[in-house]
Amino acid sequence: MRKQKRFEVLAARPVNQDGFVVEWPEVGLIAMGSPNDPTPSIKVQNGQVIEMDGIARDKFDFIDQFIADYAIDVSITEKAMAMEDTAIAKMLVDVNVSRDEVVRLVRGLTPAKIVAVLDTMNVVEMMMAVQKMRARKIPSNQCHITNVNDNPVLIAADGAEAAMRGFDEMETTVAVVRYAPFNALALLIGAQTGRAGTLIQCALEEATELQLGMRGITAYAETISVYGTENVFVDGDDTPWSKAFLASAYASRGLKMRFTSGTGSEVQMGYAEGKSMLYLEVRCIMVTKGAGVQGLQNGSVSCVGVPAAVPSGIRAILAENLCTTMLDLEVASSNDQTFTHSDIRRTARTLMQMLPGTDFICSGYSGVPNYDNMFAGSNWDVDDYDDWNIIQRDLKVDGGLRPASEDEVIAVRNKAARALQAVFKELGFPAITDAEVEAATYAHGSKDVPARNVVEDIKAAQEMMNRGITGLDVVKALAKNGFNDLATNVLNLLKQRISGDYLHTSAILDKDFNVISAVNSRNDYRGPGTGYRLSEERWNEIKTISQAIKPSDFDV
Amino acid sequence: MSQEKGCKRMQINEQMIREIVMQVLQSVEQPQPVKAAAGGRAVKLVEKGEARPGTKADEVLIALAPAFGKYQNKTIVNIPHSDVLREMIAGIEEEGLRARVVRVLRTSDVAFAAHDATKLSGSGIAIGIQSRGTAVIHQKDLPPLSNLELFPQSPLLDLEAYRAIGRNAAKYAKGESPTPVPTRNDQMARPKFQAKAAVLHIKETEHVVQGAKPVELSVEF
Repeated sequence: MRKQKRFEVLAARPVNQDGFVVEWPEVGLIAMGSPNDPTPSIKVQNGQVIEMDGIARDKFDFIDQFIADYAIDVSITEKAMAMEDTAIAKMLVDVNVSRDEVVRLVRGLTPAKIVAVLDTMNVVEMMMAVQKMRARKIPSNQCHITNVNDNPVLIAADGAEAAMRGFDEMETTVAVVRYAPFNALALLIGAQTGRAGTLIQCALEEATELQLGMRGITAYAETISVYGTENVFVDGDDTPWSKAFLASAYASRGLKMRFTSGTGSEVQMGYAEGKSMLYLEVRCIMVTKGAGVQGLQNGSVSCVGVPAAVPSGIRAILAENLCTTMLDLEVASSNDQTFTHSDIRRTARTLMQMLPGTDFICSGYSGVPNYDNMFAGSNWDVDDYDDWNIIQRDLKVDGGLRPASEDEVIAVRNKAARALQAVFKELGFPAITDAEVEAATYAHGSKDVPARNVVEDIKAAQEMMNRGITGLDVVKALAKNGFNDLATNVLNLLKQRISGDYLHTSAILDKDFNVISAVNSRNDYRGPGTGYRLSEERWNEIKTISQAIKPSDFDV
Repeated sequence: MSQEKGCKRMQINEQMIREIVMQVLQSVEQPQPVKAAAGGRAVKLVEKGEARPGTKADEVLIALAPAFGKYQNKTIVNIPHSDVLREMIAGIEEEGLRARVVRVLRTSDVAFAAHDATKLSGSGIAIGIQSRGTAVIHQKDLPPLSNLELFPQSPLLDLEAYRAIGRNAAKYAKGESPTPVPTRNDQMARPKFQAKAAVLHIKETEHVVQGAKPVELSVEF
């Protein structure tokens, strides 16, 4: 057949390298509204839910039971469930209805009812609702700091730059799991160099992740996954109760944590039971609520390629973020993992969260080049920093970042690498050379830094755990080597464990270690002129970009 | 990667899904084992009953996911399972150790499959592999979701990588500390392959038998 030239050009466009599939409800390859999704219903007897979404109590699976017993307010559920779907949706977008009023009502809704409400809304209405329902007044952002070789010097430098550029939370993970203690240590030091009070975590297998937190090397955790079908839980030797137990382990040590879930995970793991991705995800969100956890990372996250491949999938991702806010939980709203070859498509996907603002717009903007991103690549990376900053400036919207000069970036990268060099020396770990410090300071990514002896590093990282090294040892090592400011920062971070204030919903720390959360910074959006507005100071920061020409640049 | 080119050619969604479904069905709907994909030499996997714990410290177990080499016969990037298996075994033998192959049936999760096999392995070391190609090197006393080395990005694994995985697994079994197989990363693997990976895993999981014990396999190339 003779080719039509426009079609040839279209076929070569990046978007046509993406994978798409038609809806396939039998296996759960459908974003919203599977014919197998249940119809909303509730029956309460003697203060106990005896039927939910068409299933009688004796037929509940353990997720139904957990939700019915811990996530639904039986005192209001019958009244709330009797309301029309559109009536509830209208309350979500109505600026005259307060956030509190909606939160109270949503406590009475079942998973199928929430899905039915969300299905009446278009994305603009959902964004309106997120703007009001987000728990913390001030939006924020989280990044990933990793590299393909687990090079700790580079992690420290990258962490410092990212913290200085505005990320309030930072997450690392590993290429090789036994490197984890060094990745966490390097990121801790990088974070406190870039901006005092930046929180860090290391995503790992759950027991190790908890241990690093208890040692004071990390400051929070989010890789505690929950799922929407019983089989996926069982496949991981877990139940909602075991996850709730793990959550309480964090709370008992004064550590911030949130759960993680997302549309597509059940399909990805082969156990979707023919239900829509959104329905299963709403069950996850309600399990999180029932477990008493303060927040959730969702928005498909690492499964984004699945909902993004089906119709209305990106809308479903926004819907799950919205549902999290409706249940009064912190939302770290994904925008982290790559799902498309198209710059247009990836930007459109992110505006859904960036414009209304969420607690963490990206739960993993890549603070490293994507080739170094060990979460398999993010939707945004370091090469997009200027684009992100200029979108903020164009739209006068707070995406959590700020423009940074080359001089200040070089300075913080260098300081963090030197501080890690000193700590490694003090603790007897394999030496970091001056050449490595220099390379990390000026590097774009791991391609620009010398290789380390991986076997020796892994042994030493294991030894760090065996010797029982804690955050306090890091404080001492920093102080002894003249990094008093960083020692103070790490110590202040450790003090949060004792006060526990940062366990409140949506908590972050400012540079003076004051907690900013949904308690003392409540989202009070009630329409134009209310809620979060950029301060004069913040607006100046966003609009001052070095690329802009000033009148004084002209000599005429 | 021929699949990659296949994706690029696709312009219409329905065509795409039809192709994926057809590919999957082709590799799935033949219950009899061993129809090697183009280019691969046939392998015969004979089931020998319940796998027993090994006592020899010089063995490494390879745990096949439920459909590997039986209901599916190639990885997500069309590498024949027979070649994958041969390279892993060759890597183990190169280090002077023996490979023993089992099929795990109770789960399609690569970490749990491998972890189950570590308990049967005389050395305590096992490799887990799914039909789509995802692999892990595991050790007996680690938590199930931890590992020695994980290879999560199946589209990036070639035969050289599988041989290196076999080699490193054998080195761990000998008590050595090998340099991990170099990690590969492609941020565009997800956009291209995740939907296909999901379909392949659904098809793998259909063959899970709740509570079933691992089955010993004899391998004949």
